[in-house]
Amino acid sequence: MNATYISGKWHGLKKLSKDPLLLGIIILLLLSLLLFIIYPLWKVCVVSFQVDGHFSFKNFTDVMTYSNGYYLKALWNSLWMGVATASIGTFIAYIFAYSLTRANIPGRKFFNLIATIPIISPPFIGALAVIMLFGRNGFISSTVLGMDNANAYGPKGLLFAQVLTFFPVAYITLRGVLESISPTLEDAAMDLGGNRFTIFMKVTLPLSIPGIASSALVLFVESLADFGNPLVLAGAQFPILSVQAYLEITGMGNFAKGAALAFILLVPSVSAYVLQKYWVSKKQYVTVTGKPTQSSNNVVSKKARWMLFVVCCLIAFIVILIYASIVWGAFAKSWGNSNELTLQNFVYVFRVGFESVLDTLTIAGLSTPIAGVLGMVIAFLVVRKKFMGRKFMEFSSMLSFAVPGTVVGIGYILAFNHAPFYLTGTLAILLINFIFRYLPVGVQGGVAVLNQIDPSIEEAAVDLGADSNKTFRKVTLPLMIPAFFSSLIYSFVRSMTAISAAIFLVSARWKLMTVQIMSQVESGRIGAAAAFSLILVAIILVAMFVIKTFLRLKYHTNSSILAH
Amino acid sequence: MSVTLVNVTKIFTDHDDKNKEFTAVDNVNIEIKEGEMVTFLGPSGCGKTTTLRIISGFEQQTKGDVYIDGELVNDLPANKRNSSMVFQSYAIFPHLTVAGNIGFGLELKGMKKAEIQVEVDKIMQTMGLSALGSRQPSQLSGGQQQRVALARAIVNKPRVLLFDEPLSNLDAKLRDQMRTEIRRIQQTFGITSIYVTHDQAEAMTVSDRIMVMDKGIIQQLGTPFEIYSRPTNHFVADFIGRANFFSGTVTKLDTEVTLLVNKKEYTFSSFNKDVKKGKSGTIVIRPEGLRITDPSPDAFYNGKVSHAVYLGATMEYEIQVKGKIEPIVAISYNPVLEGFHKVGDEVGISFDSVSAHVIC
Repeated sequence: MNATYISGKWHGLKKLSKDPLLLGIIILLLLSLLLFIIYPLWKVCVVSFQVDGHFSFKNFTDVMTYSNGYYLKALWNSLWMGVATASIGTFIAYIFAYSLTRANIPGRKFFNLIATIPIISPPFIGALAVIMLFGRNGFISSTVLGMDNANAYGPKGLLFAQVLTFFPVAYITLRGVLESISPTLEDAAMDLGGNRFTIFMKVTLPLSIPGIASSALVLFVESLADFGNPLVLAGAQFPILSVQAYLEITGMGNFAKGAALAFILLVPSVSAYVLQKYWVSKKQYVTVTGKPTQSSNNVVSKKARWMLFVVCCLIAFIVILIYASIVWGAFAKSWGNSNELTLQNFVYVFRVGFESVLDTLTIAGLSTPIAGVLGMVIAFLVVRKKFMGRKFMEFSSMLSFAVPGTVVGIGYILAFNHAPFYLTGTLAILLINFIFRYLPVGVQGGVAVLNQIDPSIEEAAVDLGADSNKTFRKVTLPLMIPAFFSSLIYSFVRSMTAISAAIFLVSARWKLMTVQIMSQVESGRIGAAAAFSLILVAIILVAMFVIKTFLRLKYHTNSSILAH
Repeated sequence: MSVTLVNVTKIFTDHDDKNKEFTAVDNVNIEIKEGEMVTFLGPSGCGKTTTLRIISGFEQQTKGDVYIDGELVNDLPANKRNSSMVFQSYAIFPHLTVAGNIGFGLELKGMKKAEIQVEVDKIMQTMGLSALGSRQPSQLSGGQQQRVALARAIVNKPRVLLFDEPLSNLDAKLRDQMRTEIRRIQQTFGITSIYVTHDQAEAMTVSDRIMVMDKGIIQQLGTPFEIYSRPTNHFVADFIGRANFFSGTVTKLDTEVTLLVNKKEYTFSSFNKDVKKGKSGTIVIRPEGLRITDPSPDAFYNGKVSHAVYLGATMEYEIQVKGKIEPIVAISYNPVLEGFHKVGDEVGISFDSVSAHVIC
């Protein structure tokens, strides 16, 4: 081999050493990802596999045999709840997505709005509504049906709440998948003599199978990771893994067992995520299209169209019922007993919970822009630069998608509860947790945008005399603005509604609205919880409106890059 | 400003298998004179674009030196080389207006806004873009985008102008028009230019000299006439235009060369230096260099027309000769005068020795 021969990686490093700012940023990012994403997970593994400083499976055998297999039951419950939520949620989402993209039903904009509302709500709104509608004093169970001993707790209530909370996630994926299937394929099938049912079974459905599999896996991971709904609804008769891990730590203070439960929760989540990301998503069909063509859009018969319309109306009705009950509950004097309208719930919330509103806003307001910028920078580095640790940076920054919040929360307590990283009870631990937890959205959005930007556009800037800093600031960043702001909106919503990891990290000094709402639910103050939730959703809507208006005003001349 | 490459070599390593290597550019030496326009021509994967990117600084050569205007620029990053590239995709900044795009490089140099305006206006006028200054790139046609890309490159007064297959995204008619215009502008400004293309007609139109590459190696470097009429090897002759090859044995070699082909001897004054007496040699004759006659024992070859295409201005024939696998291609430039031949006609083929060139 020639002496002057330089291999790609070393060459990359040599090039980087000429750019100390870039090198510094890369090293700092790699260290942060290592410390705040990998290290807490490592701690969960270490603690769960260790007894008296030695490697052991004892924690796991203890956990599995505990109280006649109570935790084994929790694992089983979590898994089948995940499978059920994934199947039903994906099924409903597919009907919704198909109706909206293919069936040409009336009111498509309205249905689309309905399906996206649950995304901006805290994840336990479903649970709250289930209690308000189907519980002992539930509107439907008690007022409408006149039952006096209804029980909303347990598998049925939880499944209902989870499907309602997570089907929108699948809907968004499946809508994208169905939109990318050219209607001309269906026209072609019809032209070749297929009837409408055959076309659906032989063309549309097979083409959407990878999308369906992908959404189902995502819902499975979401359901396993869900904490808010099971904490409210699962109850002692129907243990759920994420809640049990939480109770083991905060209730019993048993870190080893808690870590073992967290590890058990981690395995199926990460497996499903890896399956989704590295296998199913690669199977996605790419429809090769020439010029956009007009489709006759008559793949759905009139009868089927009206059937789909009725189904969509039914789903929309349920979603509206949920939110109407939250609004009504917030203004009702005493839910189920006295429906007299009052503001006393809001007065109560401002009296006991105003501090948590400020805290939540502070934390979300600080972590969101940092997560957004970091996400863009990481996306840029991962897509455009060559350096050692690039793969690691990509993998670790996306890992939070796969890891249930409960596991992250437990990892943070284990990792940052003592020297050298003593952060418990501080604002910093909440900020750091939120930043690194909601990083993946920014990274994902940024990567998607960058992959669409022809690298020669950046080369052109360099060619005209810009260094890497100026190229990023003057060319790349402006082109990433839309992705940046949509990641801002997403991480703000997530920060405002986060609970599963955050519940481990709140303190007397720093409180979160979500955790406060939970404690209101637990102490039976449903009205206060509803009012609190309403305020939370209102803040999110205002923030989204502000960001979107700002975007429209500032970039109105450039509507083309904001189109997607 | 001159550009000189000395022993430039680029080896790529496979990402997954570090032992797998690919030599994209193999020991390239060339000196491009001030104000000259040189085209790197070759099939895809021949190393022409990599060579261009090494000159621009986007790729680092594994071995060898690059000089721009006598200055060794090996360690100079792309943004400091003062070369300007016109990209295949144009690479117009989608978030800037036409004027913003053109003024981008001047702005980076720290030029004052008013001065930038003057320079941008001037170049837009030259390029016929005057009315488009405030347009968004998405509102431009392909030809206009091409002009903006060229204006953006030229306005910086670069030491060398680099073109990376700039016309491949345009339709045929616009392509013909733009290549003439690029040549006109290059000559007006007198900028040393390097032009990468796989289209030989484009190379012929714009270049002072053409560097034909294949498998990372320079196959021939010469004027368009030399490349077409005096190809140094089979690859160049075959890649540039169409060519008929007739192999024979060299029987005599002094200032002229004599070959024994098809049991007859022919003498040529145009031949390559590597042709040796007693060894085999190949006669290269372009289709327009062949004449179709009636069959005769004196003819170079006799054969049967296997294919005849009427193109209006010309008539193209393929003639199948006994014992020769490849049909002979001949073009008649005035079919009405020279007469038409049908498929199946027996014909003879002859040529003037000046239309032929001998390679080894």
